Amino acid sequence: MEILLVIIIGLLYAAGIYMMLRRSLVKLIIGLILLGNGANLLIFLLGKIVKGEPPIIADTEKMLGEIYADPVPQALILTAIVISFGLQAFAIILIKRAYKVVKTDDLDEMNATDEDL
Amino acid sequence: MLIAVISGFVFALVIPLIMGRLKSKSTLWAALLPLSIFVFFLSILPEIQDNGHVRISYQWVPSIGVNLDFYLDGLSMLFVLLISGIGTLVFIYTSAYLKGHHFLDRFYAYLSMFMASMLGLVLSDNIYTLFIFWELTSISSFFLIGFNNDSEASRKSALTALAITGIGGLFLLAAMVGLGHVTQLNQISAMSSLSEVIQGNNLYGWILLFLFLAAFTKSAQFPFHFWLPGAMKAPTPVSTYLHSATMVKAGIYLLARFTPVLGNHEWWNGPLIIVGAITMVYAAIHALFRLDLKGILAYSTISALGILVFLIGLGTSAALLAAAVFILVHALYKATLFLVTGIIDHETGTRDVSQLGGLNKVMLPVGIAALLAAISNAGIPPSFGFVGKDLIYAATLGMGDLAWPLTILAIITNVALLFAGFLAGIKPFLGKLPERFQHLHLPGPAMYAPPLILGILCILFGLAPFLLESSLIQPVVAGLTGTEPDFHLQLWHGFNLILLLSVITIGSGTALYFILKPSENLLSKVTAFEGISPESIVRLISSGFATFSSGWTRFFQNGYLRYYLITILSFISLMLAYRLFTGITLYVDTSTMTAVTFYEAVVLIIMAVAILFTVFSKSRLVAVASMGVVGYSFCLIFLFYSAPDLAMTQFSIDTLTVILFVLVLYNLPKYLKLSDTRDRVRDGLLSLAFGTLISILTLEVMNETVSKETSQYYAENAYILGKGKNVVNVILVDFRGFDTMVEITVLAIAAIGVFGLLKLHLRSTEKE
Repeated sequence: MEILLVIIIGLLYAAGIYMMLRRSLVKLIIGLILLGNGANLLIFLLGKIVKGEPPIIADTEKMLGEIYADPVPQALILTAIVISFGLQAFAIILIKRAYKVVKTDDLDEMNATDEDL
Repeated sequence: MLIAVISGFVFALVIPLIMGRLKSKSTLWAALLPLSIFVFFLSILPEIQDNGHVRISYQWVPSIGVNLDFYLDGLSMLFVLLISGIGTLVFIYTSAYLKGHHFLDRFYAYLSMFMASMLGLVLSDNIYTLFIFWELTSISSFFLIGFNNDSEASRKSALTALAITGIGGLFLLAAMVGLGHVTQLNQISAMSSLSEVIQGNNLYGWILLFLFLAAFTKSAQFPFHFWLPGAMKAPTPVSTYLHSATMVKAGIYLLARFTPVLGNHEWWNGPLIIVGAITMVYAAIHALFRLDLKGILAYSTISALGILVFLIGLGTSAALLAAAVFILVHALYKATLFLVTGIIDHETGTRDVSQLGGLNKVMLPVGIAALLAAISNAGIPPSFGFVGKDLIYAATLGMGDLAWPLTILAIITNVALLFAGFLAGIKPFLGKLPERFQHLHLPGPAMYAPPLILGILCILFGLAPFLLESSLIQPVVAGLTGTEPDFHLQLWHGFNLILLLSVITIGSGTALYFILKPSENLLSKVTAFEGISPESIVRLISSGFATFSSGWTRFFQNGYLRYYLITILSFISLMLAYRLFTGITLYVDTSTMTAVTFYEAVVLIIMAVAILFTVFSKSRLVAVASMGVVGYSFCLIFLFYSAPDLAMTQFSIDTLTVILFVLVLYNLPKYLKLSDTRDRVRDGLLSLAFGTLISILTLEVMNETVSKETSQYYAENAYILGKGKNVVNVILVDFRGFDTMVEITVLAIAAIGVFGLLKLHLRSTEKE
């Protein structure tokens, strides 16, 4: 399973970067999201994946048992997902707004400042 | 002694604050500082005579061997007296020359800063403080040259001077570090006993090269000489003080200081003789064609510096004696001539020799000072210059096989120098006084006294050289050669070859003075060669460098996001690939891995397909939807592998993102292919390579053992300390509660931003 996940990570990275290299702003955002997903999965995988043992303490116990999924990467990823949502939401709205003003989402046509326009 | 050095810096800090307040018309009192320093060092003179040196050491940064080690021997004493003595006169002179100038306080501050740095330089025994003071002189020189900061030429010259001497300073640091490395010592005075060790070391050549570059840039040796004529844009007191009497001699001082340590080796003597000889002849001939008084003096200064380098290069005790005497001779007469030039410039408003004449009628004391200096410059008896010139000829004649070629070079130089001295010192004062100068009158004594004092000294030391012999010159030569000096300074040696050479020099120089009349015509002939002068070459190099760097910047900082990405990614990929394929044996441990179940495989396949759809779809909607599918597949994976919280978060966030995308989708531009196939193939290859590398890297990292310490702590304490059963939640809201709070703040800011962007109504002027 790990090997398959590793392949998926590679695929996500490759796809993310490919999209970021496009000239369209929308594709740039999509690439960023894919790349972020790849990074999350990477962190998740490196924390050693465990099946069916969520890090939740049983009712009768005071601490986790012998085998449990590592809670630290999970906490990290949770933070990352939420933060990247903040970024995405802002970026999507920004693209929309920018498109309204400059009528293009081609990055190559956006490299001028106000004065040059 | 520390106080003597520091006082200049303190003075520099204080003077701009107090001078404005004092409202005193005369600023003559400022000269008390150099005067007291001069007197103080004069009082140490007998001690130097008896013991040879005085050493004082203050700890500064002992951990790296940077200490204020002051070492005062004959050589330092010569320079210290020059610096403070001429400093005193220059301070007095300035009070009249720049009287009422708006920035006079600043000027004094720079001057005293320079004086203090220069004193520190010649007193330093520590190689690092030597470097620091060396750079300080360059910096204060920069400020002084650029003192007329509203003139563009002035600023440009200041920059040139700083660039040239600053680069030299860096070479000095390199030389010093090299020396420190070879000797494991920081004190120059302790190094002379290790002379043979240093010369046997592989680094010797490099140390010499760097040291020479430092000395040549500072002392304006060919081909670095061109900053000095430019530096004449500075007010005349500065030219007098820095660019003829003291600072430019710092390079000479450096060479002399290291003569006992590095000298007496063919690698030392050869380059110094060659560069010194080229400089002295080249600059002396240049001086012949100048019209500007300061230009004449600048080139003759360069030539004199060339003579000094040449003499140090000869390295015999006769040559070192000649160098020691000539330093003093030159400082005295050249400072006089500069001060006189300043007076002429100040009173008449021109420095063009072809227009000046007859000034004796209006300013006789100045004329006398100039005449005395010109006599000393020419080496006519009974001046001190005559003593100096004799010693130079004695030194060149003592060089065995090379005696005659070297002597002839010296004669050519001296003839040209004599001409330059006459031109600057005699020509403006003799002949007919032009009509427009009739009304001129003698400036105040604060202006004409300093050159007059120096001019009289030129003759006095010639008539009575014994005044200096045992007190000043002998300790210098003893320090340089390391032997007991055995010579007497005399004006009259009897009829011999040297006297004959002197007569030839004086005769042909005087003849030249009457034959060659300076004019625009001659000047233009010389300027025709400017295209191949070192200055133009350096300017060419620097503009070439500017072109190169702007091209370089434009190539890498091109403003296109994807090229930045491509550069970064290719670099990382190549580094990673190199490391992976050379140093690491790939190894995958399958035994610890979990088995693949059917439904997991299906989820992964869906995910892979969704990724491909996202990338290659031609429709926005399909791409966004596929992205959603990728996100939901993530949820499932998180769910399979014991991360229910993640699954929930991913689910809600992904839904929100897709909704957001769809909401704004119709406001978005068409989803076009903007790039051509070639670009796409290139990007595809790059991203595939990077993805593959990441995969391989991940596989390798998975072999590492994971430290469970942190998780262990949370697992054990989540309930006991945090009173929560869901460990992930407890981490987020309790153990790392503050992080989460900040995260919420970030989200709030993003939300405000989104809201603002949505609600913002552009004014019609801002709409396209």
